[in-house]
Amino acid sequence: MAELSIIIWAPLVGAVLVLLTRSRSSATAVAMVASLVTLAATVAVIAGFDRDAFGFQLVEAHDWLPAIGVQYKVGIDGISVLMVLLTALLTPIVIATSWLTINKRVKEYMAAMLVLETGMLGVFLALDLVLFYVFWELVLIPMYLIIGVWGGPNRVYATVKFFLFTFIGSVLMLVAILAIYFNTQTFDVQVLPDRALAESLQGWVFVAFFLAFAIKVPMFPFHTWLPDAHVEAPTGGSVILAGVLLKMGGYGFIRYVLPLTPNAVDDARIWMMALSVIAIIYGALVAMMQRDLKKLIAYSSVSHMGFVTLGIFSQEQVGVDGAIIQMFSHGLVTGALFLCVGIIYERTHTRMFSDLGGMARTMPVYAVVLAFFSLASLGLPMLSGFAGEFMVLVAAFGWQYWSGVLALTGVVLAAAYMLWMYQRVMLGQVKNVAFLRLPDMNRIEVMALAPVAALVVYVGVSPGTFVDFITNSTARIPFIY
Amino acid sequence: MSIPLNAYLLVGAILFSLGTLGVLMRRSVLIVFISIELMLQGVNLTFAAYGAFLEDMAGSMFVVISLTVAAAEAAVGLAILVALGRRVTEFYVDRLDTLRW
Amino acid sequence: MTDFPWLIPLFPLVAFAINGAFGPRYLKKATGYIGSASILGAFAATVALWIGGVHSDTPDFTLYRWVSSGSFNIDIGFVLDPLTVVMLLVVTGVSFLVHVYSIGYMAHDESFARFFTWLPLFVFAMIMLVLSNNFLSLYVFWELVGVCSYLLIGFWHQRKSAADAAVKAFLVNRIGDFGFAIGIILIFWNFGSLNYSDVFGSVSDHSTDLMLLIALLLFIGAVGKSAQFPLHIWLPDAMEGPTPVSALIHAATMVTAGVYMVARMRPIFEVSNEALLVVGGIGAFTALFAASIGLAQTDIKRVLAYSTVSQLGLMFLALGAGAYTVAIFHLATHAFFKALLFLGSGSVIHAMQNQQEMSEYGGLWRRMKWTYFTFLLGGLALSGVFPLAGFWSKDELLASAFFKGVADDGSWAFTVFWIMGLLASLLTAVYTFRMIILTFHGKPRNAELHSHSHESPISMVAPLVVLAVGAVALGGAVGFPPEHGFIHDYLYKVPGVYHFAGAGEITAVISLAIISTAVAAFGIVTAYAVYSRRQPSPEAVAAVSPRLYALLYRKYYVDEIVNYGIVGVTKGIGLILWAIDAKIVDGIVNLIGWTVRATSSLTRRVQTGQVQNYLFLIAAGAVVSVGAFVIFR
Repeated sequence: MAELSIIIWAPLVGAVLVLLTRSRSSATAVAMVASLVTLAATVAVIAGFDRDAFGFQLVEAHDWLPAIGVQYKVGIDGISVLMVLLTALLTPIVIATSWLTINKRVKEYMAAMLVLETGMLGVFLALDLVLFYVFWELVLIPMYLIIGVWGGPNRVYATVKFFLFTFIGSVLMLVAILAIYFNTQTFDVQVLPDRALAESLQGWVFVAFFLAFAIKVPMFPFHTWLPDAHVEAPTGGSVILAGVLLKMGGYGFIRYVLPLTPNAVDDARIWMMALSVIAIIYGALVAMMQRDLKKLIAYSSVSHMGFVTLGIFSQEQVGVDGAIIQMFSHGLVTGALFLCVGIIYERTHTRMFSDLGGMARTMPVYAVVLAFFSLASLGLPMLSGFAGEFMVLVAAFGWQYWSGVLALTGVVLAAAYMLWMYQRVMLGQVKNVAFLRLPDMNRIEVMALAPVAALVVYVGVSPGTFVDFITNSTARIPFIY
Repeated sequence: MSIPLNAYLLVGAILFSLGTLGVLMRRSVLIVFISIELMLQGVNLTFAAYGAFLEDMAGSMFVVISLTVAAAEAAVGLAILVALGRRVTEFYVDRLDTLRW
Repeated sequence: MTDFPWLIPLFPLVAFAINGAFGPRYLKKATGYIGSASILGAFAATVALWIGGVHSDTPDFTLYRWVSSGSFNIDIGFVLDPLTVVMLLVVTGVSFLVHVYSIGYMAHDESFARFFTWLPLFVFAMIMLVLSNNFLSLYVFWELVGVCSYLLIGFWHQRKSAADAAVKAFLVNRIGDFGFAIGIILIFWNFGSLNYSDVFGSVSDHSTDLMLLIALLLFIGAVGKSAQFPLHIWLPDAMEGPTPVSALIHAATMVTAGVYMVARMRPIFEVSNEALLVVGGIGAFTALFAASIGLAQTDIKRVLAYSTVSQLGLMFLALGAGAYTVAIFHLATHAFFKALLFLGSGSVIHAMQNQQEMSEYGGLWRRMKWTYFTFLLGGLALSGVFPLAGFWSKDELLASAFFKGVADDGSWAFTVFWIMGLLASLLTAVYTFRMIILTFHGKPRNAELHSHSHESPISMVAPLVVLAVGAVALGGAVGFPPEHGFIHDYLYKVPGVYHFAGAGEITAVISLAIISTAVAAFGIVTAYAVYSRRQPSPEAVAAVSPRLYALLYRKYYVDEIVNYGIVGVTKGIGLILWAIDAKIVDGIVNLIGWTVRATSSLTRRVQTGQVQNYLFLIAAGAVVSVGAFVIFR
């Protein structure tokens, strides 16, 4: 019964081994093997996952600091299972494509990626607040390095901003964790929901957790680190950042905030819904006016993650299920979109609409791939984006019509900015003659995106398959109506 | 007749103060270094004087220990100075302000 | 005999998968045959379904559970009733002909395989739309046909106008879908289910106001998809797509989805007279509005596009009058003769080397006899000339509005709508024959193009002939005798579908038929006088009121209003918000950072880097603290 520990620690072992290698190719190969081991273990865990069970599965617990009851305790349930899959899937993809794009300090880059994977998986699998916090902070360091070392021209500003933003949130979260401990005498996530927090304390705990998670999601108005970080990050960093890191915030809300502070959630609900709706519309409108591909996708993330928080705070099971599906879908789609941006950036060395145009003629396969993921992003039915958004919208309507109606305008605007983006980049006449001879997507790129595309279709055609994993776990969240 | 303790202490204090002034006011790195040794010897003298006065071996022991340490420290310090001397032309303390804000 | 309906959408889906995966590299021209064969298979399966017998009480066919979360449980499934079968026959039949036509029309296009990838995908989505047995999967495929339309309008993506039109089509449809989605979610929260049968069965449990709201929201979706005022603006631009696409998607099938939807949602719309009034009113207004624009357009496909908008308006008029059967009847006949006209215009465009301006045409009838005669038949059917298909359906359609108007349930507004419909029919006849005369008669206005023109290949002409047969005979075959033809009786099996209110005496029916025939004849004569005899000449007519002409030519400036009003304002808000984001939201963040740095840049001055300063401070500190200790002990 150590499957989850294998999932968590295999990448870290891989990171150590990567540092022992001597060449670029062997570093990549070792990293690839380590991440594939994790993926294989994840698939095995999912294959054995009991969808009818209500609690945590494969729980593994050892004493860590027995004096204060801190444990090394990991386990998986419906809330985390898709996030683990997302992480385990995106990391090998990023490693494979980084082989094509990273040229300096490859060894260190691969090691950072693997440490990052350990951190992210730990966040999703930890069942102890202290352990959770350790992994939460562990994620920060390699991401800081990835942006700061392999990033673009303004990388130092971006990476420091990223670090400080998230760090401020997480420090407050540590305070909240301690407050929870002194109130309930336990760090154990399995036990905590049964020991109700004092209502006077809930508000403060909520505020601290909210800051930590809202910055990570990011919710309006804590989102400004995101466009900077994305623009400066290397492709792989952007993929992981958008694909997994943002989900840590949503996951935190569902795992900790909803069960631990139900009364505070109920009080703050209208504000949360308002912030979510603002994020949806605001993100979409700002995305519409961007001239840089990465910034556009970054702001679209703000908009899409608004649906996640909208679903979470809708206090409806269908909303929380939808939020998780939306996170999964957004991780796949936005991750893939950043890979697509990377592909075009590698070839043209620009991400500006004003320089691009007519690329569909030069790169026909790429044109189809980008169209596919753009359509998935704008919520086309039968692709993954629609299922989550629709469930969230249903939930939002169940509470207040206005929130659903306003959120729906985000869907309309999403079509506008994605299609205009696609038109300006891919359609029309080629602007730069040099671009006429660019190579289309190569085999590695196609193979890296193929599994993502397959999952996007699967989620879109049959979201029920995925919701079945989730729904018994979200059914246990105590909603106050 | 024996020299009173106060005389030793006075000489020790004067040595220490001269050393301190030297450290604080001289610009040459070498002189500053020598001044540090002067401060050390002022303290050593006081140790030795108290040791004799109190008829306690601890005082003399401290002198021996601090002399040993001082010798080691001098070796390291001089090595640093030599290394530093290769990098800078002006060997003055007030020029060595790389740790400035 | 109803356990194989899943075969119908499967055929085109398989063709899409094969052509998409192997088309560009291996199959190339073979994709055309694969696509056509698959649609033929779907058509055959549909016919088998029809012959096998489908009744209103045929149970729904559930494919799989789409999602199940808390109380939100949705299945993907099929509804099998006569309405579905009629729609399927139209969709698969016309699709097959258009596929065959496209093999010839697209033969020289370098993206032939791509064309035959998207076209079967569209047919798949359209079939699924028609088959859906619940609101959610209706919405799903509603959007999916929209995206196929987007892909096919923008097929020649290097043309900026095509790319613009594609985006515009998708966005305008999304606005319609906005209302549609709200309506669906309202239905879910009030009915607890999205299945047609559950919802329609319990409509009477809910307040009229709620049902009116839901009906209007759903209707917004129909307005978007079926290009009714004010969301009609995308359809004329959509003519940037290849002509077979215009024929199939933007005339025969996809744009009629709105009509189908309202007919399907009949129990919801029927609850309130206001909803029917809105449907009929929008329909009648759009019919007249679009027909008047059609008069002044010079691009042959744009004329046809406005004609489509206008005809769809007439169908909504019938829906508003409660004559669902008639609306579907007109939908079917219109699919044939409008597809015929589009394909015919495609044949002309093909011959004239992609020139679409009628000012470059003229005198073509000698060079393209097959195209000319089939086109003429289509034009006559569109004008509603006895005994062609358009006559039967349009006559009944206008009659339904008339009888609704004279019925004593306070729907007098339908009398106005009837007059508007009659006017629209008049204008229809005028612009149709204007188009025919300008294209095929008179002297060639571009001798160069004319001399190179030729009849199209057999794969293009054959579908024209088949469609022409449909345009001539279909109406009489299924619609005769009026009100009791095959289609009426067949659709009558759908519960609640009835013939139009107050189905009148035979004299009234016949006099209405005579009125509408007279109107069509008058229109044709007018077009002949102006455009062929030139007495008065078209220029003189336009000169009567230059402003009116400009208004029509510029399509009532709706595009301009939308561009500057809605799109411009939205973009402006986006710019303002972006500035706020950079300057205020991010500005506050940077201000906090700046404050910290400013504070530390003051305090850091203590760190001079001078060792002696530090030592002096240490010494002084030591002296002060020892001194303080000594003094204050």
